[in-house]
Amino acid sequence: MTGMQFGIFTVGDVTTDPTTGQTPTEHQRIKDTVAIALKAEEIGLDVFATGEHHNPPFIASAPTTTLAYIGAQTKNILLSTSTTLITTTDPVLIAENYAKLQHLTDGRVDLMMGRGNTGPVYPWFGKDIRQGINLAIENYALLHRLWTEDVVDWQGRFRTPLQGFTSTPRPLDGVAPFVWHGSIRSPEIAEQAAYYGDGFFHNHIFWPASHTRQMVALYRKRFAHYGHGTEEQAVVGLGGQVFMNKNSQDAVRIFRPYFDNAPVYGHGPSLEDFTEATPLTVGSPQQVIERTLSFRDYVGDYQRQLFLMDHAGLPLKMVLEQLDLLGEILPTLREEFAKVRKPGVPDAPTHATLVEKAGGAHDSTVYAAGDTATGTSDRDLDDPEVAAVIEGEL
Amino acid sequence: MKRIVVVTAGLSVPSSTRLLADLLGDAAQRAVEARGVEAEVEFVELRPLAHALADHLLTGFPSGELAAAIEKVHRADGLVVVTPVFSASYSGLFKTFFDVLELGVLDGKPVVVAATAGTARHSLVLDHALRPLFSYLHAVVMPTGVFAASEDFGSTVDGDLQKRVDRAAGELATMVAGSHAAAPEPARKTVEDEFENPTDFETLLRRASEG
Repeated sequence: MTGMQFGIFTVGDVTTDPTTGQTPTEHQRIKDTVAIALKAEEIGLDVFATGEHHNPPFIASAPTTTLAYIGAQTKNILLSTSTTLITTTDPVLIAENYAKLQHLTDGRVDLMMGRGNTGPVYPWFGKDIRQGINLAIENYALLHRLWTEDVVDWQGRFRTPLQGFTSTPRPLDGVAPFVWHGSIRSPEIAEQAAYYGDGFFHNHIFWPASHTRQMVALYRKRFAHYGHGTEEQAVVGLGGQVFMNKNSQDAVRIFRPYFDNAPVYGHGPSLEDFTEATPLTVGSPQQVIERTLSFRDYVGDYQRQLFLMDHAGLPLKMVLEQLDLLGEILPTLREEFAKVRKPGVPDAPTHATLVEKAGGAHDSTVYAAGDTATGTSDRDLDDPEVAAVIEGEL
Repeated sequence: MKRIVVVTAGLSVPSSTRLLADLLGDAAQRAVEARGVEAEVEFVELRPLAHALADHLLTGFPSGELAAAIEKVHRADGLVVVTPVFSASYSGLFKTFFDVLELGVLDGKPVVVAATAGTARHSLVLDHALRPLFSYLHAVVMPTGVFAASEDFGSTVDGDLQKRVDRAAGELATMVAGSHAAAPEPARKTVEDEFENPTDFETLLRRASEG
């Protein structure tokens, strides 16, 4: 898994198949999501990412439960998020949950921070949507410290203060999971990603290329400004959306009813207009290869390409067939991107590359001073008076 | 060179809304130039953008010609907006155009509001519908709005339409041509502004913790 990573991302929507009128149950959709992730590993993809939502029609709550379950059944695929709600989730819980996942999967974890798509999620979790950007900035500042500092004193505006707090488990090998910051149209988030030297992921699929180009260019410029390297060394990810068939007319014919009724853009522009305006590609595998390669023309060499494959009510069988087709073009995509890649462009970050960058793995367990239950003591045993008391008690 | 953009939401051809828009556009150009400043007037007709506007509501982004129209409005030094009256207010098409503008696009922009209808009984639509809309959008609405009923295109006892047009254009021109003009430092930065001049992260952090 060097150079560029390819994968899929899901938002976990329960959507009626417009061609049959059938809507999966939550249970079915949850199981289907796992089947899709296992298929992604089988066809050799590098990344599976799930969204996080807290309302119908989504089944994407509790993302680390899903990812851990998938992680237990896979060996290679990197598990990620699309996105983790940094605005409304307690950063302490994010720190704990994803560090735990990192240990369980031997480092096959990274995350993408996002702000969500449903306004009421903010009040449901006791937050104010007008503070969306501020929450994203302050919460991540805390999360970053929880992963890089063993003991944190914290006081902020949005959460209760922490004194002498240690988030457990500590990150695997002393290296925090890599973080991407995802945004469609908030330059502040590109700025945030640049400041930390983290990755920037542009969703890409809902806006025209001209906009994606601007967001990525801003991130690259500011990445260099903050001294993390050259603009070309910034770490960029993109979304994409494809539907393939050996025969491109069949692809259009089969996909059109799904497109026309899709929850996000359905009943709006024609499939043809939307295909022209956004990266959506509906056609032959060769067309998908060519379109995907063209993304590089406006964002430069980049590290991660995720495709949205299971949406708009497409039944599981069709999604798995699509993944088979994606698996078939994967070697070509890798090869063609590698051919044109400029020297000096960093590989996609993985746990291994991060450990190497950190100068090797080191266990970062923070051993507590101890207590009587585990045989050590939180009292000073070197103090003879204390020792005498304890021995007497025991 | 000052740029006046006239946004007009007439639906029929010919359209009395466009007729009023033309009167206002010409008058604004004359008025700015009378103050010794060059001016150009551009029109944004909303009718051909109707599909793109509906698409924007659904997809969240403007397609080609709509993006160009929004950009025109964004860059304008002064605006004239003209709507037909539908059911006691601006038309849905007119409102949709202003609904899809991003926050901050009209901040501090001088605007003349204008409307047309079959009868003068609708004339308060300027003050009950258009003025609050543009106040909300942080535009600077000129004191004179121009309402034209069908009868105003002939001579009427209520006075000359052209006089009202010229008065509104004069108010706009004073703002547009004046060096101290409207355009104070805009209160909000648009996404485009951020691309050109990003807010540095230390400021974002401070803002997050201080509100």
